[in-house]
Amino acid sequence: MDNFKHIQTAHCENGVTVSLLQHNGVEFITEPLAFGLGSGLFYIHIPFMKVNNGPAISFRTMPGAIFKRTCRSLNIKVERKKFKSKLEAQYLLDEKLNQGIPVGCQVGVFHLNYFPKTYRFHFNAHNLIVFGQEDGKYLISDPVMETTTTLFPEELEKVRFAQGALAPKGQMYFPKTIGDISEDCLRKAINKGIKRNCRDMLHIPGGVAGVKGINYTANKIRGWRDKLGDRQAALYLGQIVRMQEEIGTGGGGFRFLYAAFLDEASEILGNDKLLNISDQLTKSGDLWRDSALQMSGIYKGRLTSQTDYNDSASILNEISNIEKEAFKQLSKIVIK
Amino acid sequence: MKKSDLPQDNSDLVNFTREVCYVKNDNGKYQAELSSGWEVKTDALNSAWKDIENRIEEAKSLFISGQSSPIHYYMELKLMDYSVLSGYTGFWIWQIKRHKSPKNFKRLNVRKLQKYADAFGITLMELKTPGF
Repeated sequence: MDNFKHIQTAHCENGVTVSLLQHNGVEFITEPLAFGLGSGLFYIHIPFMKVNNGPAISFRTMPGAIFKRTCRSLNIKVERKKFKSKLEAQYLLDEKLNQGIPVGCQVGVFHLNYFPKTYRFHFNAHNLIVFGQEDGKYLISDPVMETTTTLFPEELEKVRFAQGALAPKGQMYFPKTIGDISEDCLRKAINKGIKRNCRDMLHIPGGVAGVKGINYTANKIRGWRDKLGDRQAALYLGQIVRMQEEIGTGGGGFRFLYAAFLDEASEILGNDKLLNISDQLTKSGDLWRDSALQMSGIYKGRLTSQTDYNDSASILNEISNIEKEAFKQLSKIVIK
Repeated sequence: MKKSDLPQDNSDLVNFTREVCYVKNDNGKYQAELSSGWEVKTDALNSAWKDIENRIEEAKSLFISGQSSPIHYYMELKLMDYSVLSGYTGFWIWQIKRHKSPKNFKRLNVRKLQKYADAFGITLMELKTPGF
């Protein structure tokens, strides 16, 4: 495929969405726009569950949702397939590549050998694009990488059939039919994306998701030092920061991304009020970074008192308030 | 975050890639910029790895003192939890828990041992007698 253009983005799923849509002629799509149309911003602290021996926290919506929602809201039909058989998975991929179709794949990171070793955990919700074959290798456009890379067939098979939580099962996807996307359709899609994001941040029942979830984590943090001891508690904080700022994710990063989306949305919808909310999310992103800095004092062993834990928690409470206010205002602005 | 505040610290990403971050430029507009890393993140990653190394050491000494089987050691070494190992081997989690005891591990036949060896990406020999 000579005409495929590699695009680097902050987050893998946004990147796959942007690359595949642009390749199919949707030229206006940008990373912030894809993130916003897919209602990507989220927060959840799943109780009783452990990831890599630490708390299970996510700063964005479920894997796969951004691509799915963005496409649906632009009336783009998507083909998505999971496999039982590895052979069939490769066969169908080859078939699409031969037809000149770049294909998005969900993969596990642990065996992804072009990543630095220290970043390779058993994390299975990474996304990349396969866009051709050359010299017995697959050509890979991984959105978090600066350049394209390659994988041998057996390497690609391994990452496509990684095991554990969110096992990809060879999952592949690509846009099938794209109609004309009118400006009106884009406006509606933006509204819908924002509305859904307001719902996710404000109205999910239970106390662990959305802005309430941030307070839930804050409360937990206050108890960790007594409950778990210094060492374990510090590791838990490290985990929050890693979930927040890891390569291809980014908690603070996601807030900035959403702020960037609101800027773009304000221009497209001609609504200046969105700029104000964008500023609030920028503030929230900055505070997420402050909280990471504060937590890093603890896991580096510089800060050890209960007050330091309380301070981290207080920043999270403040973030929760800001995001709550921002999304409340947002849900009032968005509109007919 | 302002463009001028974007950290360009050393990290393990150097020589692999740089990451895209959205920052505000001097005109107050968002734009994508590349960052080589942020010390705060690198420290979090390092502390996670230090913990992993501790866990590996612990598993090693449990094996040497005859309290656990090599399965436990290799799980830690390969960063696997039960669901990952269960996925790669096809064993149920309760079976893996049993196989963690040296007594039960010794009773495993070659076919089952091979499943573990494949999951860990090692030979049968390495599985039975881990070389530290």
